[in-house]
Amino acid sequence: MAKRTITEEFKKGLWAENAVLRLLLGMCPALAVTNSAINGLVMGLASTFVVVCSSTMVSTIRRLVPRQVRIPTYIVIIAGFVTLADLFLKAQFPAISKALGPYVPLIVVNCMIMSRAEFFASKHPLKPSMADALGTGLGFTGVLVVLGSIREILGFGSIFDIVIMTEEAFTPWVIMILPPGAFLSLGLMIGIINHFTELRKKRSGI
Amino acid sequence: MNVVLVFLSAAIVNNLVLSYFLGICPFLGVSRRLDTAVNMGLATTFVMTLAAVITWLINNYILIPFDLPFLQNVTFIITIASLVQLVEMFIRKSSPPLYRSLGIYLPLITTNCAILGLTLFEALREYSLIESLFFGLGGGVGFTLALVLMAGMREELEFADVPKALQGAPMTLLIAGMLALAFMGFAGLLSV
Repeated sequence: MAKRTITEEFKKGLWAENAVLRLLLGMCPALAVTNSAINGLVMGLASTFVVVCSSTMVSTIRRLVPRQVRIPTYIVIIAGFVTLADLFLKAQFPAISKALGPYVPLIVVNCMIMSRAEFFASKHPLKPSMADALGTGLGFTGVLVVLGSIREILGFGSIFDIVIMTEEAFTPWVIMILPPGAFLSLGLMIGIINHFTELRKKRSGI
Repeated sequence: MNVVLVFLSAAIVNNLVLSYFLGICPFLGVSRRLDTAVNMGLATTFVMTLAAVITWLINNYILIPFDLPFLQNVTFIITIASLVQLVEMFIRKSSPPLYRSLGIYLPLITTNCAILGLTLFEALREYSLIESLFFGLGGGVGFTLALVLMAGMREELEFADVPKALQGAPMTLLIAGMLALAFMGFAGLLSV
């Protein structure tokens, strides 16, 4: 593997190796909490916090953890930070914490975080690990906000709770904020991105 | 609350996969073939039912009396991880044929968010022990149902002419969306 600079480690998570769009990791929260833009944003930031903290921790102690017990160790580290994030949200933003419900504790089993710990932080020094985790987290946040915005605009006619389309002008598509809307919009989003990636590849190839 | 209601609600109306988005990773990953989907579903149902009962006991006899509910996250995930390990060891010793068909799925179950999600919902809704048992069982049956339906459709899809950009994950998500739409039809069935 070619050696990458810290900036490159950071950048790759944003788009080229985006957790949701490219690697299909962390699908559960991406689908579950994106019925509004703000929920997506909070969920994304909470996950970013957890992934950065746990990658930092895993990278710091990577030489101390025996290989056989590394997975349980990582899970406990991640669960610890998730509990921190959960309690913080409960104390500071009770309304949003309530809207997100059990999906905040469920960050523990977000495979995106585990994959960063297992495939990256456990093998790399501190700084690249932090950059990689931050990039991944922000890329994840970006997808959640975009998906949340699309669903909120079509489902409620608003974005970040600001009404942009009144009921007279636009009949809200209630289905977009219900479970099927999540599957359909994420599926179409990935499909459209694939389409354009393919186009660009063709163009640069010829 | 009636146990039958809890069971039906978890299995059909509030299907874990299609209305709570739990266990999407195995749902997308293992639904390529019908027989693997059935095996994965059975293994998950088994672990889920056990996990529902054991986490209920831990939650109600250890965490709540000692005022430690903030440890739920950590405790539940460790319980599930060690439970999966135990089940794996037990099956390997007691029934090698079963181990051969389920074995490779067991480690995957640890990171199946459907199980952790189920235990958290169970703690949140304060079910009784019997209700928890049926909630776990219902959740597992619902998961298996979604997985099997999905696998059946994806097997048919092999012969379909899907646009290139939608092949693979996007198409699977679109199908899941339609399946979720169909399952919404059950919404009026129960009001739990």
